[in-house]
Amino acid sequence: MAQRYNIRMAGLGGQGVVTASHIFSTAVLGFGGESTIVPFYGSEKRMAPVESYVRVSNEPIYEIGEITFPHIIMIFHPQVITHGKSYTMPFYFGLKQDGICLINSDGPMKLPPEETRELEEKNVRLYYIPAYTMALEVAGTDLATNMAMVGAIGAITGLADLPSMSEAVKERFLGKGFVVSGGTAALDSVVEKKFKKKQDLIDKNIDVVKAAYAYADEHGWRPKKAVQQPTEALA
Amino acid sequence: MSEGLEAEVKTNPQGDPITSVATPPPAAEKIDPHGESKKQQVVTPHHMFFEAERKREFITGSEAAKEAVRRSNVDFSVAYPITPQSETMQLIGVLYGEGYVKDYYRGEEEYGVMSAMAGASRAGVRCFTATAGPGTIRGLEPIVSWAGHRLPAVAMFTCRVVNAPLAIQPDNVEIAYLLNSGMIVFHAENQDDLFNFLMKAFVISEHNDVTLPVGVCCDGFFVTHARGYVHTTPREFKLPPRIAHDGAVPVLDAENPPARLSRDAPVQTYNIHAVWQQEVWAAVERSRKYIHRYMGGLIQTENEDREILFIASGSAAAQSREAVRLCAEEGIETGLVKIASLRPFPTAELRKICEHTKLIIVPEFNYVGWLAKDIAAAITGYSNAKVVAGPHVYGGMSMPVEMILDQVVKALKDKTTVVVPRAMKDEEPVDPAAVGHFMQNI
Repeated sequence: MAQRYNIRMAGLGGQGVVTASHIFSTAVLGFGGESTIVPFYGSEKRMAPVESYVRVSNEPIYEIGEITFPHIIMIFHPQVITHGKSYTMPFYFGLKQDGICLINSDGPMKLPPEETRELEEKNVRLYYIPAYTMALEVAGTDLATNMAMVGAIGAITGLADLPSMSEAVKERFLGKGFVVSGGTAALDSVVEKKFKKKQDLIDKNIDVVKAAYAYADEHGWRPKKAVQQPTEALA
Repeated sequence: MSEGLEAEVKTNPQGDPITSVATPPPAAEKIDPHGESKKQQVVTPHHMFFEAERKREFITGSEAAKEAVRRSNVDFSVAYPITPQSETMQLIGVLYGEGYVKDYYRGEEEYGVMSAMAGASRAGVRCFTATAGPGTIRGLEPIVSWAGHRLPAVAMFTCRVVNAPLAIQPDNVEIAYLLNSGMIVFHAENQDDLFNFLMKAFVISEHNDVTLPVGVCCDGFFVTHARGYVHTTPREFKLPPRIAHDGAVPVLDAENPPARLSRDAPVQTYNIHAVWQQEVWAAVERSRKYIHRYMGGLIQTENEDREILFIASGSAAAQSREAVRLCAEEGIETGLVKIASLRPFPTAELRKICEHTKLIIVPEFNYVGWLAKDIAAAITGYSNAKVVAGPHVYGGMSMPVEMILDQVVKALKDKTTVVVPRAMKDEEPVDPAAVGHFMQNI
């Protein structure tokens, strides 16, 4: 039977949420799974709410549109929670029982008691990763925050491994005919200027993915059993 | 000219090369923009659809439409860039630049576009246009006259909401307005369907015993703006051209009008109108055999012998495929019937399939539930199934698959769901309460 992971990525404009979803989806395909993405945002501006949805399966995916009931939620910025910058409130709305929630924050966030209780009732696995700090330390720019999120979710779910994620990063920046929106194209050129050469950019981004993967590993977030194929991760 | 000039790279004060001033390419590299299209080779529809090698591409629905038109030997296309639109007509403009489409221009507005389609088709050429949402409705007056004028043509409708409050996401209520226009109407589930349906539409439309326009609908945005896998045929192949002088209806010759419908005494025009419309709908019926030949039938099924069936078209069919999976996870066995052709409607097919079905769920991306009504009307007297019109999403909202599962569970448990009046076999009495409930809630 077809197995399914629905992932909702929520963040702010300029953080690379859509880019992260593209890269993770490509990584899943490279690792042998099936995957589709759906970006969702209003006006393209910095700090405005952005969501992107990734579907992962071991069989072809027919479903379209936004994901209302995800298995996994990734929060790219604490403001998504504290300022309500998401399309659904509270941030975990629709999360399935026993779901996973990965939040970019330097430490556990203080959530209202009723939200903490609801998360407990849903038996949610809550992970906090200092993705922003990690990006600054490893790549020297917060623009690589999204890479840390990609690395961590790869480690937590086992839906993609390090080589497939690294390959996906390369494809994103070197691939031919990759169509991006005007805002993303502008940001791409900023990122490219920050790093002298494209190779440098790719290496730094992959370093952040690896650092986050290692962070997840150190904290015992990876699945206990070694995963060879996404099909196994889904089982 | 001189080598010294070519070597010089102009830069702006920041040191970036200035690319906006293109250096003229050397004469030797001048490429004929129509070069590739001139080399295209005509193949039979059978070869194009069933024998030609297919390549899997990951492209948007608009790009799929472009690729279909590239291979369809289209003579004429007219565009109006209304918003919401899709990129389709813009991409057809690219095809015109490359010589794949012989003529192309931008219409004044949708009324003009749809009238130009009529003129071009009557003049004997193969024509194509695409529109969306309010554009469809603005062009509806000429569109509903196409069938009566027996104009073979293909129009793509990318549904984007037409009723207030306006939105730009896919709500497919506009299909309800096209269903009774006398056109053949297909509803594509995904990008791959769009590619195939469009090419096949040209061929079906021009068969002499059909000679009708075909509307290929899809749920805009989800299909037109998102990428999906499309299995394309080689771009070196194209369909045979439209041979208008062999057609059922003479091409327009402005000097010698072929037919004239004058406003004579009403009693005559009534009769002419009746005969004319009878023939239009008879032609819709005759298209069935070609839909079978080229599209493998009006419907596609998956476990259609199950007691619970999803019957859906377009994006709702895609969501229903996933609902089959989700229901299986909950231990509920379901099947799927996807309706590819809405006109002609698969009445006989549904009567046969639904004979022993207990529950029919009809998910739709609109408020009115036009498909549920058609299904209920088709199976009346042939099935005792309970037809549930729903779930519905409005204004182009996504339909969570969980919502469909919820509808199944509810329909199995209680009677509070919105139910189309039970399709009755002759002896069973009408339940006025059920009819009232349906009329109030749909």
